[in-house]
Amino acid sequence: MSSPASTPSRRRGKRGRGSNPPTPQDARSPPSQKRRTDDSTSTGDLQPMPTSPPADAQSPGAADALFSSPPQFRHSAIPLDFDISSPLTYGTPSSRVEGTPRSGARGTPVRQRPDLGSVRKARQVDLHSDGMAEDIVATEQSLGQKLVIWGTDVNVASCKEKFQRFLQRFIDPLDKEDEDIGLDLNEPRYMQRLQEINMIGEPFLNVNCDHLRSFDENLYRQLICYPQEVIPTFDMAANEIFFDRYPDSILEHQIQVRPYNALKTRNMRNLNPEDIDQLITISGMVIRSSQLIPEMQEAFFRCQVCAFTTRVEIDRGRIAEPTVCKNCNTTHSMALIHNRSMFSDKQMIKLQESPEDMPAGQTPHTVALYAHNDLVDKVQPGDRVNVTGIYRAVPIRINPRVSSVKSVYRTHIDVIHYRKTDSKRLHGVDEETEQKRFTEERVELLKELSKKADIYERLALALAPSIYEHEDIKKGILLQLFGGSRKDFTHTGRGNFRAEINILLCGDPGTSKSQLLQYVYNLVPRGQYTSGKGSSAVGLTAYVMKDPETRQLVLQTGALVLSDNGICCIDEFDKMNESTRSVLHEVMEQQTLSIAKAGIICQLNARTSILAAANPIESQWNPKKTTIENIQLPHTLLSRFDLIFLMLDPRDEAYDRRLARHLVSLYYQSEEKMEEEYMDMAVLRDYIAYARSYVNPRLGEEAGQALIEAYVDMRKIGSGRGMVSAYPRQLESLIRLAEAHAKVRFSDKVETIDVEEAKRLHREALKQSATDPKTGIVDISILTTGMSATARKRKEELAQALRKLIQSKGKSPSLKYQQLLDDLRAQSDTAVTKEMFEEALRALADEDFLTVTGKTVRLL
Amino acid sequence: MPCVGDWLNSPLSIVQGIFAQNAPNSDWEKKVTEYFKEKLKENNATNWVPSLNDVPVHYLKPNSLVKFRCMVQDMFDPEFYMGVYETVDPNTNARVLHFGKYRDVAECGPQQEIDLNSSQTVTSERQTFYCVPVPGESAWVKEISFLTEPVQARVSPSTSYTPSRHKRSYEEDEDMDLHPSKQKEQHMSKSCCCGGDIHGCVEPKRLETEASAGHHVISPNCSPPLDLNFPLPGEKGPACRVKVYESWESFKVNDVLEVFGVLSVDPVLSIVNSEERDSSSLDPMECMDTAEEQRVHSPPASLVPRIHVILAQKLQHINPLLPACLNEEESKTCEFVSNFMSELSPVRAELLGFLTHALLGDSLAAEYLILHLISTVYGRRDVLPLGKFTVNLSGCPRSSAFTEHLYRLIQQLVPASYHLRMSIESMNHSRFIPHKDYAANRLVSGLLQLASNTSLVIDETQLEQGQLDTAGVHNVTALGNLITWQKVDYDFNYHRMEFPCNINVLITSEGRSLLPSDCQVHLQPQIIPPNMEEYMSSLLTAVLPSVLNKFRIYLSLLRLLDYSISDEVTKAVEEDFVEMRKNNPESVTADDLHKMLLVARFLSLSAGQTTLSRERWLRAKQLEALRKARLQQQQCVNGNEL
Repeated sequence: MSSPASTPSRRRGKRGRGSNPPTPQDARSPPSQKRRTDDSTSTGDLQPMPTSPPADAQSPGAADALFSSPPQFRHSAIPLDFDISSPLTYGTPSSRVEGTPRSGARGTPVRQRPDLGSVRKARQVDLHSDGMAEDIVATEQSLGQKLVIWGTDVNVASCKEKFQRFLQRFIDPLDKEDEDIGLDLNEPRYMQRLQEINMIGEPFLNVNCDHLRSFDENLYRQLICYPQEVIPTFDMAANEIFFDRYPDSILEHQIQVRPYNALKTRNMRNLNPEDIDQLITISGMVIRSSQLIPEMQEAFFRCQVCAFTTRVEIDRGRIAEPTVCKNCNTTHSMALIHNRSMFSDKQMIKLQESPEDMPAGQTPHTVALYAHNDLVDKVQPGDRVNVTGIYRAVPIRINPRVSSVKSVYRTHIDVIHYRKTDSKRLHGVDEETEQKRFTEERVELLKELSKKADIYERLALALAPSIYEHEDIKKGILLQLFGGSRKDFTHTGRGNFRAEINILLCGDPGTSKSQLLQYVYNLVPRGQYTSGKGSSAVGLTAYVMKDPETRQLVLQTGALVLSDNGICCIDEFDKMNESTRSVLHEVMEQQTLSIAKAGIICQLNARTSILAAANPIESQWNPKKTTIENIQLPHTLLSRFDLIFLMLDPRDEAYDRRLARHLVSLYYQSEEKMEEEYMDMAVLRDYIAYARSYVNPRLGEEAGQALIEAYVDMRKIGSGRGMVSAYPRQLESLIRLAEAHAKVRFSDKVETIDVEEAKRLHREALKQSATDPKTGIVDISILTTGMSATARKRKEELAQALRKLIQSKGKSPSLKYQQLLDDLRAQSDTAVTKEMFEEALRALADEDFLTVTGKTVRLL
Repeated sequence: MPCVGDWLNSPLSIVQGIFAQNAPNSDWEKKVTEYFKEKLKENNATNWVPSLNDVPVHYLKPNSLVKFRCMVQDMFDPEFYMGVYETVDPNTNARVLHFGKYRDVAECGPQQEIDLNSSQTVTSERQTFYCVPVPGESAWVKEISFLTEPVQARVSPSTSYTPSRHKRSYEEDEDMDLHPSKQKEQHMSKSCCCGGDIHGCVEPKRLETEASAGHHVISPNCSPPLDLNFPLPGEKGPACRVKVYESWESFKVNDVLEVFGVLSVDPVLSIVNSEERDSSSLDPMECMDTAEEQRVHSPPASLVPRIHVILAQKLQHINPLLPACLNEEESKTCEFVSNFMSELSPVRAELLGFLTHALLGDSLAAEYLILHLISTVYGRRDVLPLGKFTVNLSGCPRSSAFTEHLYRLIQQLVPASYHLRMSIESMNHSRFIPHKDYAANRLVSGLLQLASNTSLVIDETQLEQGQLDTAGVHNVTALGNLITWQKVDYDFNYHRMEFPCNINVLITSEGRSLLPSDCQVHLQPQIIPPNMEEYMSSLLTAVLPSVLNKFRIYLSLLRLLDYSISDEVTKAVEEDFVEMRKNNPESVTADDLHKMLLVARFLSLSAGQTTLSRERWLRAKQLEALRKARLQQQQCVNGNEL
């Protein structure tokens, strides 16, 4: 049942035969033409179908024998018993005649399929070809017995048979989909589906076109090219099998076949006139959906004089109201009875192409979708969906009374199947696997790359090439981009182990920290960029908002939640206020976010890596101070960073020279030239995405040993000087880094080299950030406790010296504060600041040795 | 009219002729574009084509060839249309083939019907752009491009208007063109102080002036007035739906185009709307689009005319004093460039003098202003834009409307500019970032949707203390992003999209600006004129128009030059850098080197040199040193005051 009006291109291209309509059709067309050209003509002579099933002669058996076609296409055989154009004629033969004799479908009503466009087909414009298109009468006698639907090469009987064979036999043990829960992959897939329908009672059979293609290429092609004709045939086939098997099954209506995944999923931008009236699958984002529109399918009229009733179908959205009652011949006596008219649900949806598909610098395209019946309200604005449907183009009429036509077509897609692409986010950990599919060549290329010995260095070099040197920092960020392996310890009660690597960059202003952050933010698909100054705790986490219209409470997520599975870049970390920072404690270790606000209590996933940048408090990094003193961040937070890098301005002539050359080159090289030198950003992005989703390295035996050794070594360093230089957190960091490095190599096993690199990088970072400025020794306690061990020791010594001093003063119960300080200064061989003195006093006060009141110190 | 043939007045008949000759095969389309390309190549032919920028729509003949200089503001969905269709005469059964290209309505004779099912029908695809005149286009650009067009071309198109009327309108046009800057000022100052509903407050005013001048571009009974979606408040001129038939993928949002095409103002198009709206209650299929969407996507043709593009080209610049395309190996353009280059240094000297006076006698600031005005983003290294040179002119006297007058002078020099007066009010209430309106399915423009090389002058002197609300914070962030990364994140509600841009930002402020900048120059006025207004206007009148034009050419041309640094100089710069850091590593950072290289680049270019020489490098260093010394001095002064 094609609607030639909506097939402008096919008229010419694919249906070349249409140019010379065979005479028999021409002879037959006048009646229908007459009826349609005159809108007001009563359709009273046309019987509404469902109520008046035609003769039994229409049983498919008979029909098949005669015409090898389903009866509903055969109106030529039963002239004017049907309204050819009625949407209701559409359906499976069994339904039309209230069930085929041999199936148990009797009693199961048919549900019309407006999605196949049966409503729209009856445009005035199709006139004579309309009749032809719907007749599947033998046009190709020359081909022997082969009968096809006019304008196509579809032979209904063989098409049906092939599809039935497909349903009964298709097995693909390798192809696993997420809906396949409970399916035995070694049994015919779709027979199990039918069984499911029998049990659940949802009369829709989703068919993956890919399966169909692998089963029967030709049938697949027919489906794509002539969906309007082929899908009803599929419906028939499915119903026959179903009711054959489950004769007693009671369904709401007959099974409808819904193909999906047609060809490859196409980009909206690639749609062109060639695709009109074909089955297409496109992906995009729903941006708007209309209210439910009850669309009248069939109007019910009753004569107010004699109560004679009649039904009129809607033609192009218009009701041809009967002017004369056929029974009593009274004019203008027919009144519409709303309650007995038939309506179907309809909804218009606007789909916008997904941001990833858009070329840079252009605005997204949109396309209108019409959803019918139970597909109404299946999607909400904001959903990412793959839509399978038939692409339509309809001419816009300027005015029904004027013959000129706007030369533009209105296009839309009649939806047959929705598949939400992001619904999978709800279950499964690594949903990116599904989202980002790689072509085989791409995977080949990536694997080829991964085999290169220097891939780690190469990638690090490709990262933010405009930022000069800082190789270790880039390597650290690279490992952060790859991340560790996710480990689940829920059964032992520890929950998920953090797999994300957190990095803090601190250093002088103007050392392109922000630029690095911006680069990373642009590189990763789910990155967020916030500035410490501009973000509040609320902006980072989530907040509850009252929708002004519905007065509903809505949970709005902030940057941390939005970057779940991505990287959250926080600039000016030091400027962030205390309460905001405190939120990060939970996120950075537990990777969750708890919210208890306005009656909403929940825990959201925030499996995000944090890349933060902090400036020193004194605007210039003071090398005489420790990291903590320089950036004034609580050590509890600092210890949650796996790597803390200092980005300092190195003062070294050779470096300066290289830097200068690098910068100068920026100022005259053309853009293309720069591109060549480095790895493409897109390749890098794919490489990371691939590794993140497909590579999940585990610790090998050797690597495990190496890690243990490394950890023991780290602890040994400190123990010699009476301090702890490594904590379990550092071991975890090492493991994560080693895993990430293995991912870089696409290796499934963490090996010793990975551990070596992790150790090296970790040490590098420590060397930069945890070096005690006084002694020059790496001291982890700077980061874990905020004070170096030597500093603590010195503090103790000073307190002891003070105690001695006071004791030496004899029995006087109270001392002057200033006097004491001066004495201590005179005695000590190092400079004693007021702060140090006060600290010592406090320490002694804690020991209950003295109390300080105002300016006097009393002994206890 | 001599040499102006049918191709100007009725291009469609030419197309029809070509179509008839080659009807069945599809290369008639190619032939049409070739034909018009040839025609337009002829001597001054482009000048004969009336421009929609200058001539009001109602003086143009429908279906004639017009040109339009515009910026792509939004891109709508592609349209499918009948490329070729067939009509049938129901009586005689005679069939005729027609082409649907370059048309909105499929035409057919009174006795004919369109056969929608004909096998000859070809469906084709075209793309619609919503185009607006280049935002912030300076008055002189309009004026000059207007004057270069022969008067006949303007008057000829329409036959339905009496000549006397033409004459009057012509004068009025002149009038309007002489003072548009003044009017614009009024509009803008008005809209800026009342912020909020930009169009709401400007539209009535505009209607008023238009109406009093005898123009009926916007029919007053159209209520409420349609928002034509100009990025800047107070803009005028026709917005157009431009239908592109070829290679539309190559155009981007915010590109500046010059299109030649068939003007379509068929009143039927407007009738379509009203009819459709009336019948929408009847026809559920047609009313699926919201009313807003219909309003926006099919506005009355008299208000938003359609242009069916035959030829379109991206413009590198919109300066009418320069040849349109400089890349071409044409002897004419080469000649022009070399001629101008030969007299470059006096022009530069004069411009420097002019700007020095404008900046109250501060020659250093004037030097930096020149560098700023010829800066352009020439490349991007991953996220880092190269070649942007945002200058923060601090120390501007707050009173005496100095910044206002300075902007007016800049406006006289650059082809497109906008003066953004920062105030708590305007920050909180203006729309800076374009956002997608899904109900109307269009990109609602914002202040920051500007074409490349637009000068954005931000005036911070009027900013008072106060509280920014969410919108204000977003706006300030957007400004910051624009300056630092030269990109604007358009708001698509569900996601954001990054649009790179190339906008010259000049910030005038009293102290250091709160916005980031590449270099801060502290103004040191040598003279304080008692009457700023008088001083500035006398400055402008003192410059001969020919000299002013040279300034304009100078600034536009130098921006387009290539630039390189030889190995030798690279070495020297390296040495220099190492040396500087040896003495005092604190004083020179990588950032400073960046700045110096930028200054050196623009300094060389401003002298017409396309390679860096040692002398220029030293001069750049010297300039930077002077600037820094001045800043430090300023800090000291401030410190003392405190």
